[in-house]
Amino acid sequence: MTYRFTNAIRFILIQNRAGKTRLAKWYMNFDDDEKQKLIEEVHAVVTVRDAKHTNFVEFRNFKIVYRRYAGLYFCICVDIADNNLAYLEAIHNFVEVLNEYFHNVCELDLVFNFYKAYSVVDEMFLAGEIRETSQTKVLKQLLMLNSLE
Amino acid sequence: MNKARDSLGTMSSIKQVINDAVEKGKEVYEKVRQPNPIRLRDLIRQIRSAKTAAEERAVVNRECAYIRLTFREEDSVWRCRNVAKLLYIHMLGYPAHFGQMECLKLIASPRFTDKRIGYLGAMLLLDERQDVHLLITNSLKNDLNSSTQFVQGLALCTLGAIASPEMSRDLAGEVERLLKSSNAYIRKKAAVCALRIILKVPELMEMFLPATRSLLSEKNHGVLITGVTLITEMCLQSPDMLAHFKKIVPNLVRILKNLIMAGYSPEHDVQGVSDPFLQVKILKLLRILGCGDSDASETMNDILAQVATNTESSKNVGNAILYETVLSIMDIKSESGLRVLAINILGRFLLNADKNIRYVALNTLLRVVHADNSAVQRHRSTILECLKDADISIRKRAMELCFALINGNNIRTMMKELLTFLENAEPEFKATCSSKCVLAAEKYSPNVRWHIDTLLKVVEAAGNHVPDDVVSSTIQLISETRAEQAYAVGELWRHLSVAQLEFQPMIQVSTWCIGEFGDLLLNGQADVTVEETQIIEIYQKILWASQCSITTKEYALTSLMKLSARLNQEVGSIQQVVSAFGSHLNIELQQRGIEYSQLFTRHNHMRGPLLERMPPFEGVRGNGTEGEKGGIAITNGLDNSPDNQSLLNDLSSPNNNNNINSTHENNESNALLLLLGGIEPGEGDTVQAVTSPATSTINATPAPRSTVNADILDLLGLEPGPTAPSNTTTSTSPAQLSHTNNSSSPALLLDGLLNNTSSTTTTTTAGIASLSTPTANSTTLPTNNFIIPQSLSQPSVPGIVAYDKNGMKLDMTFEIQDSVTTINMLATNTSLAQVTDFLFQAAVPKSLQLQMMTPSSTSMAPSATLTQVIKVNNPSKVPLRMRMRLSWQANGSVVQDQGEISHFPPALWQ
Repeated sequence: MTYRFTNAIRFILIQNRAGKTRLAKWYMNFDDDEKQKLIEEVHAVVTVRDAKHTNFVEFRNFKIVYRRYAGLYFCICVDIADNNLAYLEAIHNFVEVLNEYFHNVCELDLVFNFYKAYSVVDEMFLAGEIRETSQTKVLKQLLMLNSLE
Repeated sequence: MNKARDSLGTMSSIKQVINDAVEKGKEVYEKVRQPNPIRLRDLIRQIRSAKTAAEERAVVNRECAYIRLTFREEDSVWRCRNVAKLLYIHMLGYPAHFGQMECLKLIASPRFTDKRIGYLGAMLLLDERQDVHLLITNSLKNDLNSSTQFVQGLALCTLGAIASPEMSRDLAGEVERLLKSSNAYIRKKAAVCALRIILKVPELMEMFLPATRSLLSEKNHGVLITGVTLITEMCLQSPDMLAHFKKIVPNLVRILKNLIMAGYSPEHDVQGVSDPFLQVKILKLLRILGCGDSDASETMNDILAQVATNTESSKNVGNAILYETVLSIMDIKSESGLRVLAINILGRFLLNADKNIRYVALNTLLRVVHADNSAVQRHRSTILECLKDADISIRKRAMELCFALINGNNIRTMMKELLTFLENAEPEFKATCSSKCVLAAEKYSPNVRWHIDTLLKVVEAAGNHVPDDVVSSTIQLISETRAEQAYAVGELWRHLSVAQLEFQPMIQVSTWCIGEFGDLLLNGQADVTVEETQIIEIYQKILWASQCSITTKEYALTSLMKLSARLNQEVGSIQQVVSAFGSHLNIELQQRGIEYSQLFTRHNHMRGPLLERMPPFEGVRGNGTEGEKGGIAITNGLDNSPDNQSLLNDLSSPNNNNNINSTHENNESNALLLLLGGIEPGEGDTVQAVTSPATSTINATPAPRSTVNADILDLLGLEPGPTAPSNTTTSTSPAQLSHTNNSSSPALLLDGLLNNTSSTTTTTTAGIASLSTPTANSTTLPTNNFIIPQSLSQPSVPGIVAYDKNGMKLDMTFEIQDSVTTINMLATNTSLAQVTDFLFQAAVPKSLQLQMMTPSSTSMAPSATLTQVIKVNNPSKVPLRMRMRLSWQANGSVVQDQGEISHFPPALWQ
C-alpha cells in the first residue's frame, strides 16, 4: 500500500546550535537510527546558513523551513511544493505561543519542561497538519491541561 | 494495595492512611534495595552538568539501568517519573525502547498525569510498525469514549500521530462519531484524525463524507481549517470526491470573502491579517477544485482578484497569502488579466527586501515561465538583478530563469549579463552555466561573428570549469564557418599569446584552431601580425608548462605537428620539439612524439597530405542528439574520453553514411583525410571508401573490435571504424601482428594508411617492420626509459609497482609540482583475456585532496595498457597513503580487489 502524504509536515524539530535536540515530533515513519541521522543532517544543513540566506533549505526530497530564535533553530520539514511563507509564519505563531506559555521562553524552559513543549505542539499541529491557529485558544486549552495535573 | 486505594478514593482519610503506609513500606523497601528515584529535574541537571560526552553517557547508562530495574519490579508509584526521564534520555538520542510497555501501562492508568506522559511516550517510542498496537488500540478506544474532553483529546492526538492501517480500521467508527461531537475542541482533532485514517485506508473515505458537510458551516476557525484540510485530502485521493466537492466552491468563496472583509478579530489576527493559515488552506482547496474546470474557475475569479489586490504585502504573512493566490491563479483556468496580475505580484516580490520572498518569487516564476513567457519577460531586468544576490540559492534560481527567458530579441543583453555572472560565479555554477550559454547562443545567435565571440567569451569566463562539450562545440563552430576562420584564429592567437596557462579549455580551443588555420595567421588575413618564431615560443611554453594538463599538451603537440605543414621557416624547430617528446614521461605524449617524428624522417613525403586541413563538420551538426555526439567525436582524436568507443558505435548512422557517400569517390588522399577528420564511416561504406583489393576480401568477416587497434587509431586522431581493424590486419604478417599485440604500436595504423595510399603491399610491410621495433620497446618498458628533457626541471622520483595480481599490473610514476603530486598510472593487462570495464577507485587521508582524471580507456586487450592520471594535493606534506579499489571484467566475470598502497617514495612529501 502506498501512503501519500500530500502536504503534511514530516517532522518538527527544535535544536540548539550545538545540535542538541530540544524537541522532535515525527509525523512520518522512520526508525530510530534514521531519526537520529535526520536530526544530524538537519543540523548540518541549517547551522551553516547565516542571515543572508533564505529560511528554506532543500533537504532530501523535502525542504526545511526554519527560523532561528536566539540559540534555537525551529525547523519544519515539508513538501517541496508547499507554501514556504505560510510555514514560516506557522513557526512564528508557535514560538509566540511558547513565549506566552512559558512567560518569556528560553532554551532551559524547553529542556526542563520538554513534555509541556510537546503538548504545545500537539495543541497546534496534529498528524502533520496545522490544527489551531488562534493563540488565545491554544493557550486557554494548555492552561486547562495544566490544571488537570 | 492499589486496588484498595482506588475503591476507597472518596474516603480521603482512609486513603491517606493507606498511602502513608505504602510510602513507609516503600521507604523501608528502598533502604534495603535501592536509593530513591531521582526527580526528572535532577536527572536533567545531572546530564547537563556532564562535561564530556563520556560523562554524559555514564550518567545516562546508570539511570537507564536503574529505570530498567524498576520496570522489572513492576513499580507503579514512580512509573510516571521514570518514563518521563526515559523520554528525556530518548530525546538525547539514546535507545529507550524498553519503555514501550510502561507507556501502555501509564495510558491505562486513570490519572491524567499518567495518561499524559503515557501518550507522549507512545507517540515518541512507538510508531505504526510496533506489534504492541493491539494493546494500545484498546486503550485508545476506551479513552475516545471517555467523558473528559482532554482525555479524548489526548487519544485523538496519539491516534493522529501513530495510526497504522489496522488501528485506522478499528477506530474509524469512534473518530466518525467524534467528528459530529458538539464540542469544537474534539471536532477539530477528529477531523485531522479522519485525514490520517483515510491516508492509511482510503476505502474509509466514504464513511467520513456525510460528516464533512457540516464542517464547512462552522464558525470555529480550528474546525474550519481542519475540515478544509480533510476535504483537500479527499479530493486529492479520489476523482469521485473531487467531483462531489465541486459544489462547495461557492461556500469556500463565501468563507474567504468573510475573512478578508471581516474587521479585526483578536482571536485570529496575525499582524493585521485575519487567519492567514485558513486563507492559505482555502486558496489551496480552491486551486484543486478549479484546476481544469472552467465553471469552477469562473466562480472563483473574482475572489482571487480581491485577495490579490486587497492583501497587505508589507509583511511575510500577507505575502504567504499572495503567494498561495498566485499559485491558484496560475493553476486554474483564470482570465488572462488575472494571470498578468499574478505575475506582477511575483515581480513585486522580486523587489522585496526579504530574501525569502524573492526566493519564492523566482521559484514560482520558474514554474510559470513556459506558460506565460511574455508576462514574465516584463520583469527581466529585476530577474537579472537577482543574479547578483547575496544568497546562492537565489542566484541559482535567477540563472535558471534567465536561460528560460532568452530569446532572439534579448539574446545580446541577456548574454552580456550572464557572461558577467559566469565570470564571478561559484565553480559549481560554471559548468552548467557555460553549457547553457552555448545552447542559447546556438539557438538564438544573431550572426556567426557574434556566436564565435560569445563562445570564446564563455570558454574564457568559465576557466577550467568548461565542460568538454563546450570545447567541442566551439571548435565545431569555427571549423564549419569558413568565412570567420581568419577572424577566429586571430582572436585566439591574441588569447593564447597572453594566456594564463592554468586555464586548459581556452588553450585547447586555441591550439586546435591555430593548428588547423595557422596559415591564415601568417598570411595577414587574421588582422594580427605574427612571427613564426613567436608561435613556436608559445607552443614551447605550453608544452613544457607544468600547469598544462596532459590533454592540453596532446592538443598542443598535434597542433604543432599540423603547423609544420603551415609554417615555412620554423619546420626545423618544430621537428626538434616533437622529437623531444619521443622520450616524454607520459606514455601518450611519448608515443605521439615518436610517431610524429617519423613523419619528418622516413615518411616526410606524406606529411603534407596527412596534415591537411580537416573537412568541416557540417554533416554531423544540427540535428539534436546527433549533433551533440558529433561534437564529442571531433575531439576524439585528441581527447581520451573513456566512452569513445560507444560513441563511435553510435555514430554509424545513416546521417554519417551520407557524408561518406559524398566523398568516397574522391582521390585517395581525401579518403585519408576522411579518416583523419573524425568522421566515422559506416560499416558498408568503408569498403567503398578504402579501395584496396586486399581489404574488401577481409571485410566480409568483420573482426571483433580490438582495443589495441582502436587506441592506435585514436593516437593519430583517427576514428577506428568497425572495419578498420580487419582492414589493417590484411597486410600485416603474423610476425608483425605479435608485435602489435605486445605494444600499442602505431605500425598497424600506418600500415593501414599506407595500404590505402600505395598499391604495393611489400613496401608497406617493410615500413612496418622498421617502425614497430622502437615503439614496441618504449611501451613495454615504460618506466625504464624516460629521458627527461633538460628544460623540464621537475624533480624525478622513482616509480612504483602499485599492484600486480590477478593478471593486472599497475605501475605508477610521479611528477611533483609544489604540493601537487601527479601520479601517472599505467595499467597493464598481463592476463590472456580481454579486460573490459576497468575501474580504478582511490581514497587518500582527509588532509589530502584527490583528483582522478578519466582513464585513457576502460578496456584492454591482452598485454595492452591504459593510462590514468591521478592528482594528489598534499599541502601539509603528510606521508602519502592510498586505499584503492579495482574492478574489471575478464572472461565474462567481474574481478574485484582492494588494498592499500603505502610504499610511495618518501620523496613525494619531503
